[in-house]
Amino acid sequence: MTDDVILQVKDLKTYFKLDEGLLKAVDGVSFELRKGETLGIVGESGSGKSVTNLALMRLVPVPPGRIAGGEVLFNGKDILKMSDAEIREVRGNKISMIFQDPMTSLNPFLRVSTQLIETLVLHQGLDKKAAKEKAIEMLKLAGIPAPEKRIDQYPHQFSGGMRQRVMIAMALSCNPEILIADEPTTALDVTIQAQILELINELSERLGTAVILITHSLGVVAGMCDNICVMYAGRIVEKGNADEIFADPKHPYTQGLIKSVPRLDRENKQRLYSIPGQPPNVINLPDCCPFFPRCERAMDICKSKYPPVSAVGKGRSVACWLYGEGK
Amino acid sequence: MENNDKLLEVRGLKMHFPFHAGGVLNRKKGFIYAVDGVDLSIKKGETLGLVGESGCGKSTTLRAVAQLYKPTAGKVLLKGKDLTKLPAHELLEMRKDMQIVFQDPYASLNPRMTTRDIVAEPMRIFTKAGLVTMSKTEIDERVEQLLERVGLSRYFKNRYPHEFSGGQRQRIGIARALALKPELVLCDEPVSALDVSIQSQILNLFKDLQEEFGLTYLFIAHDLAVIQYISNRIAVMYLGVIVEVSDSAELYKKPLHPYTQALLSAAPIPDPAIERKRQRILLTGDVPSPDQRRSGCYFYDRCQHRMDKCKENVPTLKDAGPGHQVACFLYHEPA
Repeated sequence: MTDDVILQVKDLKTYFKLDEGLLKAVDGVSFELRKGETLGIVGESGSGKSVTNLALMRLVPVPPGRIAGGEVLFNGKDILKMSDAEIREVRGNKISMIFQDPMTSLNPFLRVSTQLIETLVLHQGLDKKAAKEKAIEMLKLAGIPAPEKRIDQYPHQFSGGMRQRVMIAMALSCNPEILIADEPTTALDVTIQAQILELINELSERLGTAVILITHSLGVVAGMCDNICVMYAGRIVEKGNADEIFADPKHPYTQGLIKSVPRLDRENKQRLYSIPGQPPNVINLPDCCPFFPRCERAMDICKSKYPPVSAVGKGRSVACWLYGEGK
Repeated sequence: MENNDKLLEVRGLKMHFPFHAGGVLNRKKGFIYAVDGVDLSIKKGETLGLVGESGCGKSTTLRAVAQLYKPTAGKVLLKGKDLTKLPAHELLEMRKDMQIVFQDPYASLNPRMTTRDIVAEPMRIFTKAGLVTMSKTEIDERVEQLLERVGLSRYFKNRYPHEFSGGQRQRIGIARALALKPELVLCDEPVSALDVSIQSQILNLFKDLQEEFGLTYLFIAHDLAVIQYISNRIAVMYLGVIVEVSDSAELYKKPLHPYTQALLSAAPIPDPAIERKRQRILLTGDVPSPDQRRSGCYFYDRCQHRMDKCKENVPTLKDAGPGHQVACFLYHEPA
């Protein structure tokens, strides 16, 4: 592939051994991330989007979890095979994460300054004074007013939107190559969501950071991402350029998903489409297409075998028996 | 004044919660002005959407309407009767016409009750109070009928809530709300906790049930696209007051209040081609805390169009076209 690929995930599998059986949370996920790209991972709850990203930082709790296979090549080096010391060099430094709930991801007992400075001292080798200066600069960049004063406050003294700004400042303070944002705006109001997305966009562009954005909101993906992966029951069912996927979705699940979101720019007088049925229980899932019970175009073969990934156009692929050789 | 086609009328509703200093003396320190003078009316068969950000008082309004809170001030007229003045037994009778569907389908169903008991409970309570007469078999039949109407199998009636997914649980919550054949259903963010593919199923179910049973909804959501889809009219709330009321289509075509404009422009549209061309109005700052009385317009600090007169005077809802009201000095002068 081209040189500017910084992260390559190949056939990643993450299983959880539970009392009820084997939960294949992520079952053969492959994608690439290029320099400066914003990649969206969309899916509903339980589709495996968060576990995918925990797995690539090796943050899956073991046991009950287990990375059952695959490779995560970060600048050519497999993260899954790194020693603990090596992975600590990557985590929070080269790849950093922000999470959905900024209250639970900041330590409530420590001042914001302590938490920001710790990161900088640890990864950048700065002394405390220089680290504090850099931290104030990052908070300012993240749009926090009066950062010199705010930095000595505790997390509960910040509002939800401000806390997420602190998280972003912390995540970007070591100038990472990749920022993983796991539902960064789900807990926030729309007007605050717009501010935070704008901030991520602006800072990633300025610092040249590639972003993996995990979300269930198609609207957020549409506004932010260059490429997207659509996940269903632990696998990527469709992948490609965001514009093309929204204009011409191929997988019946993607098609249904896009049609079932009410849209502000249309007069919603006609009935909303809805995908029938429930998302599947991923425990002990048989080797068939997990979407077939809900699919309008299901065929016999869908019930017996998981569809192979077929290329549909440049850089686009889909896992469905309607396309490729299976046709 | 008393208009018959108005099923629900809310006038000057206020809900202030006291907060205490804590400690030994536990002095009363002040009030949270959660709802601070709300007027609403809903016609029979209509859906009024109530939209706003967290902390704006939309859920408190709904709970005060349902008399789950005793309002600090104001009237809540259901079919012409003021619920805030009714004695307990008469209020119970009125509750038959007014039921609630809650946001969190995990917290609003008792985990120790079977689906049958959950859906039958309102009917049992009202039979016991002598307000309806239903035999055990009648109740049982009605439970099965309700479950099937909301898209669940009758065989699910012996199962417990934990055996269902979020969407199915919300269906149980809807069946329970419909058990007494209410006229008004108060919906407190009923689809916010659901996945996209399930959300559209439940929205369509609400629409079908409305058509079939002639229901009237007060529907709360923070997702503007959802509100537009389900509502005939929409009220936009900010810091305990309603800043704009309008027909659903009109509000999206011609939002008047600067807050409504910002809210609409912030809502993402699932289409990259459109998203790229959109101009966003980015509001600065956060919603102020509702624990202080303000002298001027509540939106003053964040408004793009703020003027001197907004600082001193509180705008009230005034007509701004047919069926369209707005509380903003851009459209009318302070009194």
